[in-house]
Amino acid sequence: MAEPLLRIEQVCKRFGGLLAVDHASLAVETGRITALIGPNGAGKTTLFAMIAGFSRPSEGRIFYAGADITGSAPHLLARRGIARTFQIAQPFAGLSVEDNIAIGSYLSHRSRTDARAAAGRIAREVGLGDQLKRRAADLTLSALKRLELARALAIEPRLILLDEVLAGLNPTEIERMIGVIRMIRERGVAILIIEHLMQAIMGLSDNIVVLSSGQKIAEGAPIAVAHDPAVIEAYLGDPALAEKLHGGAAP
Amino acid sequence: MRGAAPILLPVALLAIVPVLTASNAVLNFLVAALLMALVGQGWNLLGGYGGQYSFGHAAFFGTGAYATAILQVRYGVNAWLAFVAGTLAAALLGTIIGALCFRSGLKGSYFALITLAFAEVLRIVASVAPITGAGVGLLIRLDLRPEAFQFQSRAPFYWIVLALLAVSLAAVRMIESSRFGAWLIAVRENEDAASALGVDVMRIKIAAMTVSAAITGAGGCFYAQYFLFIDAGIAYGPWISVEALVAPIIGGIGTVLGPLYGALAVKTLGELTKLLAGDAPGLDLVVYGSLLIAVVAFAPRGIAGTLLDWRERLRGRRAIAATGERSHG
Amino acid sequence: MLSPDILFAAVLNGLLMGALYALVALGLTLIYGVLHIINFAHGALLAAAMFAAFFAHRLLGLDPYVAAVILTPAFFALGYALQRFLIGPAAHGEDRNYLLITLGLAVVIENALLFAFRADTRTIDLPYAFQVIEVGPALLAVPRVVALAVTMAVAFGLWLFMRWSDTGKAIRAVAREKLGAELSGIEVAHIYAITFGIGTACLAIAACLLIPTYYVNPRAGDAFVLIAFTIVVLGGMGSVTGALVGGLVVGVVESLCGLMLGESLGQVGIFAVFILTLLMRPTGLFGARA
Repeated sequence: MAEPLLRIEQVCKRFGGLLAVDHASLAVETGRITALIGPNGAGKTTLFAMIAGFSRPSEGRIFYAGADITGSAPHLLARRGIARTFQIAQPFAGLSVEDNIAIGSYLSHRSRTDARAAAGRIAREVGLGDQLKRRAADLTLSALKRLELARALAIEPRLILLDEVLAGLNPTEIERMIGVIRMIRERGVAILIIEHLMQAIMGLSDNIVVLSSGQKIAEGAPIAVAHDPAVIEAYLGDPALAEKLHGGAAP
Repeated sequence: MRGAAPILLPVALLAIVPVLTASNAVLNFLVAALLMALVGQGWNLLGGYGGQYSFGHAAFFGTGAYATAILQVRYGVNAWLAFVAGTLAAALLGTIIGALCFRSGLKGSYFALITLAFAEVLRIVASVAPITGAGVGLLIRLDLRPEAFQFQSRAPFYWIVLALLAVSLAAVRMIESSRFGAWLIAVRENEDAASALGVDVMRIKIAAMTVSAAITGAGGCFYAQYFLFIDAGIAYGPWISVEALVAPIIGGIGTVLGPLYGALAVKTLGELTKLLAGDAPGLDLVVYGSLLIAVVAFAPRGIAGTLLDWRERLRGRRAIAATGERSHG
Repeated sequence: MLSPDILFAAVLNGLLMGALYALVALGLTLIYGVLHIINFAHGALLAAAMFAAFFAHRLLGLDPYVAAVILTPAFFALGYALQRFLIGPAAHGEDRNYLLITLGLAVVIENALLFAFRADTRTIDLPYAFQVIEVGPALLAVPRVVALAVTMAVAFGLWLFMRWSDTGKAIRAVAREKLGAELSGIEVAHIYAITFGIGTACLAIAACLLIPTYYVNPRAGDAFVLIAFTIVVLGGMGSVTGALVGGLVVGVVESLCGLMLGESLGQVGIFAVFILTLLMRPTGLFGARA
């Protein structure tokens, strides 16, 4: 099998006395969707921050496309093809949708006209085509989330890190978003997604990694993970979630 | 603002003023206003577009002024060359201070504080160092020839400062619609999001500071040439740091013409106040400070921004009238 | 080289001056610790307080130490009003706006003083201004020793206030967690205003302590404010202990620099410390947040 696009080896993150991520290892393949799930505080977003360069691992290495990228700066990683969305949407509030997306497009298009044209195409793909000139600050939550995604797509990434892009959306909006995510996968982009919505994750992912208290406690195909006793125990602190885990795995 | 028209129009109007009047009072007033606009445009690039508020832009103004003066007075360099050198010196200082500050990750209030400190240090050093004339200051020898960048009448000076301003307007306009400008604005809006999209935040900030320093520094060089005398309090004093930020904020922060509108408005109000209350020192700055507070409190987008708002609102109303319905998202 | 006697005297005098710096810095760090804003108007307000003390003496014949009793509550009220009715509302909660508004306030106050009273330097003559106390080889000016004592008393009083009074606890609550404090029914705007008022009250006290041995002019506050900033940055934003210790350290540094480099360059030493601290450790030696 080909070398995975992203490989995380025994990565740890310490904040003072707290070990937020504890020797986590995982791999993400090109053109596959890998989900990162786990109870709150499990260290998922911390892991994202380390992959995208916003936080330096205390221990361990991260490999991308065969190269060691541990501790690289975020903008350099973005230029190499790693994109991320933020858990709490961070648009450029004063700019229009078009200009928001264009910021990323500028990496491969020098002129404003070209960058905006590219931005327009991406906006239409995520369903924001009719709101190009609207100020980001005036968008609905669903539109904001799609904008986050669009901006990430604008840098033409090979790996995209999605942090709870479905949170706060209604069922129709979730369907639509899942459609977009699938479309991204069809393009051959590797996706690592943090999500709490179990039904969505079960149907969407090729591979699931479960994190609890900073440690990886399970990994595998969705069905296997759903029945893994360690996973169920981790979620016992949240019975509703355990219920959904099981419910979502039903064929 | 699309195209060059919005810039060409005010510049053209201003250009014909010396043809219409030979009044020294008017020309003096306008030179002061245009100089304030130039200095303010420098601040505007870093503060308005880049979102980094410097409280010590005097550092660049003064360096431009002193460099120009010292080169002429102590080394006999040609005035025009000295002008260019002075601008470059200010730009270099901008790069240095920018690198120091931004590499240390200073932002917001801390950045404002440290720029204030840099300007003060320069002022104190200039007030005691022999090369800057210490407490006495520097006097550029009167030599009313164009080759020495001095003129018999005010008009050439006026056109020169107008030309400098026009260049700065064009430069900012070009930056505004360039990739660098888009990235600069992204940095202003949200640094983390910007770096996640491939923007080299530090480089952008340092570059912005360099250009900003060059523009304000050119203003300092001009000042030295126009008044032929500078000292530490004039070159590096807080008054110029305040003027540098008051003009763009009142005129419209982050817009191309903002500093020009602001400078004209502020200087006009200053003159009016002097007419009413007498010409004692400090009064003009009281007016500037009060205006600053008023604008931040009530009209944060300044003159240019508020005009744009009104235009948007008029357009919006017409759109609703035309379609009869509001657009949703 | 300099004799140990001269050094000793310089250090001691530095400590005395440092106490006053600390008092000024105390107000600044308190305001930052609670409102999380850097009050650029601090120096101008100090100058205003000094003019008030000056005219209290010139027009009403009040000794500065007596004037302090009136000026302190007066300036508390002024600070309260400024924050509650001007700065707070005008800023719309944005950091950038606080910067500009406090700067604007500084410009207005300082230049209003300049316009009204010109730039001439004024001093008051007091009988005890030149009395000295001998400590070893050093001669210490009485007003400065008084200043040290009062500063310590004020710092202690503030500590008691913050620790034991209801308002003090509310202030600490707001400083630590504004949202939580708000939810528990604390009126944040009021607390902010009180804190700002305490800051300006400290300035009034400092002004009265300074006046016997210092000059008064509109720019006098500037000299102090940058020093106060240095102290706050050095000692840590929001740390009262830091302000005290930092004040003493800076006083000594200035004294020694002044000794070795001459009067005007003594200030450069302080700024150098300031800039270096900001560049290398913005959280200061005692503070927790940048």
